[in-house]
Order: sequence, then C-alpha cells, then structure tokens
Amino acid sequence: MKFMLFICVDTAALETLPEKPVEGPMPWADELNAAGIRLDGDRLRSPDAATTVRVRGGEVLLGDGPFAETKEVIIGYDVIECTNLDEAIAIAARHPVAEGGLIEVRPFFG
Amino acid sequence: MSDGRLVEHTGGEPDEVEALLAETFREEWSRVVATLIRVTGDWDLAQECAQDAFTQATARWRTDGVPRTPGAWLVTVARHRAVDLLRRRGLEAAKLRESLHLREVTVVDDASATISGTGWETLPDDQLRLIFTCCHPALALESRVALTLRTVAGLSTAEIARACLVSEATMAKRLVRAKAKIRDAGIPYRVPPADQLGPRTSGVLAVLYLLFNEGYAASGGDQWMRPPLCTEAIRLTRLLARLLPTDPEVAGLLALMLLHDARRAARVDSAGRLVTLADQDRTRWHRPQIDEGVATLEAALEHRSAGPYQLQALIAAHHATAPTAEQTDWSAIAGLYRQLLRVMPSPVVELNHAVAVAMSDGPAAGLTLVERLEADGRLVGYPPLAAVRADLLHRLGRHAEAADAYRTAIELAPTAAERDYLSGRRAELTG
Repeated sequence: MKFMLFICVDTAALETLPEKPVEGPMPWADELNAAGIRLDGDRLRSPDAATTVRVRGGEVLLGDGPFAETKEVIIGYDVIECTNLDEAIAIAARHPVAEGGLIEVRPFFG
Repeated sequence: MSDGRLVEHTGGEPDEVEALLAETFREEWSRVVATLIRVTGDWDLAQECAQDAFTQATARWRTDGVPRTPGAWLVTVARHRAVDLLRRRGLEAAKLRESLHLREVTVVDDASATISGTGWETLPDDQLRLIFTCCHPALALESRVALTLRTVAGLSTAEIARACLVSEATMAKRLVRAKAKIRDAGIPYRVPPADQLGPRTSGVLAVLYLLFNEGYAASGGDQWMRPPLCTEAIRLTRLLARLLPTDPEVAGLLALMLLHDARRAARVDSAGRLVTLADQDRTRWHRPQIDEGVATLEAALEHRSAGPYQLQALIAAHHATAPTAEQTDWSAIAGLYRQLLRVMPSPVVELNHAVAVAMSDGPAAGLTLVERLEADGRLVGYPPLAAVRADLLHRLGRHAEAADAYRTAIELAPTAAERDYLSGRRAELTG
C-alpha cells in the first residue's frame, strides 16, 4: 500500500522552525530511502507562502493563505510504500516531527 | 466447544435443541466469522454468509440434531454460500472464486475427520485476529465497541443500538464506517507481532472493560444497570482469556468483572433504587461466581506480575469475600489502592483511595485527601467526587456543608437512580 504522510506542526511551533530545510544527513529519510520504502518527500514553505486557487463561474479566484485555518499546519510530506497501516504507523512514529508535532497517515487509492 | 454434550442430541426436545442452538451460536459465531474474513477478506460477505449458515443450521439441526463439530459444519455451509455469492458478483472476484473452488473441504460431521490443506480450517488464531482488528487503536473508541459487539459477540445492530443508547440507523452507519476504515486505511487482519502484543492487548482489555462498565453503571438512560452488556463483556473476556492464557492481566480483568457482576442482584432494591455496597444483602450475591472470580485471580497472581486489572480484582475480592460490611479489611484495600496508583496514576483511583482511607482511618483523614484532590482541579464535574465529599461531611457531622455538597452531587448525577439515592441521603440530614 502507498501512504502519504502529512508532516504537521502547530502554528506556534512554526515560528521556531529553521527557515530553510536542514542540510546534511536525515537518518529517518535516508534509512527509508535505502530500504526502498520512501518514494518521495519534501519540506514545504510556511502557510504564509500559500495561495489558494478556485474557479467560480469561470472566474479565477485567489486566496491568500492556506485553505483551512487550523491549529496544525502542513510543513512537509512523505510518500511511503509498505504492507499495512501498522507498518505505516511504526514509520510515522519514528519521524522526527512526530514528537512535538503530528503525522497524518493517509492511504492512496489503489 | 462442548462437543461431548452436543454429540448425543439427535432430534431431542424442541426447547433443548433451541438452547443448544443458542449456545452453539454464542460459541461459534465469532469463530465462523473470523475464518471467513481471513479467507475472503470481506467483512460484510463473511457476516452475511455466517448469518446464512446459522439460519440453515437452525432448520437442519431441529430435525437432524446438532452435528459433532458444529463449527466445521457451519464453516462449510458458510463457505458454499460465499462461493455462491462471489460467483453471482461476477468477474471481479474471479480469482478469489477460483481459489475457493479449488480448495475442497472434506467431511465435517465427524470429529475424527481431518480437514487439511484447504485454507478453510478454523485456525486457532482466527478469533484473536478478529478481536485485535475490531479493537485496533486507529478506530474510534465507539467504533471498536460497536464492531466488537457486532462481529465478535454476534449481537444484532438493533441490540447494539439499544445497548449504546443510539438509534439503529446511527449504529448501522457507525458499523459501516468502521468496516470501511479497516478496509481503506489498511488495518491488517492479524494478531499483532510480539513487540506490539502487550500494548495492543491492553487496548483490547480497555474496550472490554468499557463495555462492562457501561453495563454496570450506565452513563445515561433510565436504567442504572444494563446487565446484557456485562454478560457480553464477561463472555468476550472469557474468550480472550482462553485465547491468551499466558497474559495474567486478561485473567485479572475476567476476575474483576466476575467479582463485580456477582453483586448485581443486590445492587438494586425491589423499587429499582440503588443499594450501596455497605447496605447490600450479601446473601443475594452470587457465590459460585465469586468463587470463580477468586480462583481466576489466584491463578493470574501466580504469574507474579500484578498489573492494574489484577490489583483492582484484588480489591473487589476483598469486598466480595468480607462476611459483613463492617468486617471489610479497609486498610488492606487502601494499601492496594496505593499500589494501583503506582502502576496506574489517576485522580479517580486517588478518590477511591481516599474513600478506603476514610473507612480505615476515619472520615477526617479521608476528607483531607478529598480536599487535596478538589484543589488540584482534575476531577471538576466528576459526579462521585461531590458524592464522596458529601458523605464524609455527613459522617463528620458538618451538616450544613454536607447539604451543599449533596446538592452539587445531585446536580451532577447521571442517572435517576443515583439522584434518588443522594436525595434520600440528604433527607437524613435535615430530617
């Protein structure tokens, strides 16, 4: 099964994050990449940089900021391939942001 | 399974066959469903086919008697039904259908017949797989309860809806959502591996204990107790204890439930009013069940790893075996609550500890602990806190304060039976 991991932190914690992704080794991702489990993943810029796009009556409407005002914001994602939810949970639990932040685990269709 | 008792019945008195059918249903339902889910991977199909097999069994067994291995008989009938349904569904299931066809199951009416290499035999772990999946922590707690009652206990949606105080439509929706989540989220149908077995077993026990408590002290509704839930919880815990014989906490929970439930008849008087432990007629306690609870607990304690359920069962055993309320060993109970606090810190346990201390060292000592608990605010709005405080003030002769505390307790009490009891106690103050 393919799972998307949404890496989330609460808005207060967002302020304390380094502006740019940390350079150098990332044991969690490196290990999963080597095992062929992590298919993709990246860090996203803060929700301040987000723009929402919708089309209503043929008109393109833009919004400033993320689509939903929530306590948690998505700061990155990972795509992993594993056998079942239990494995995905175990992998998510080892993600460095799981402690303090939270990881939403969502299966892909198919 | 009670093969020995079932085998001789061919025909028989109608009532006897009905009773045997009911017993077989309770014994075999989860086994049949569990096996069908493992083979087909389809929860709805499994339940439908199991239901169908039991319907056929009812008709057949009434005339032919109950077969020697009813479980295997039922699995075979259910399997034929599954193949049939899958055939009707067409190509989508072609591959599965093929595998079901190729695997032939031989005779089932004879216990000496071996069923091998079919994939259809009931594996010893099938029921555990089912229980662990129904209680998977990725499901909402209310879904775990509903799924366990439906799939493991075999209750109908209507029965579960009544027990959980929601409409049948709401319960049906909850069950559909839960099954969809298992399928879509990729919840595996398996017994957790050794490194996860401990915490996952605790999760299952929590669901069973919740079920029991909801039956024992209903959180809402007109009835103070809902005994069918207690009976189901005990039956399920008994099953789990049989499947996980080396986990003393499972046996501990079973003992705890048996000991509490043994007092059921004495907890309500003829007018439906709540009777507290001290005032209960101990001759109405169910002695054989207390003996079973104590024996179960003693066997569990031999593992020398007393977790929260065994400690709570020990406390319950002290109550259940005290000849009179006055002869209760409260100082031992207070000590057990302190032990319990070390393995399971909780303000509710602290409150119970305070009650035990009040009984062994006097109401003033208990009240000191209660007031400390009140001050830290973790139990704000918790009905028993106000009731305990009222009782202790009452016993200390501080009537004006007690009256205030009773008022708060009555406002917070969740059921009419409890409100009546507290009003009665308050009336003693002014009267």
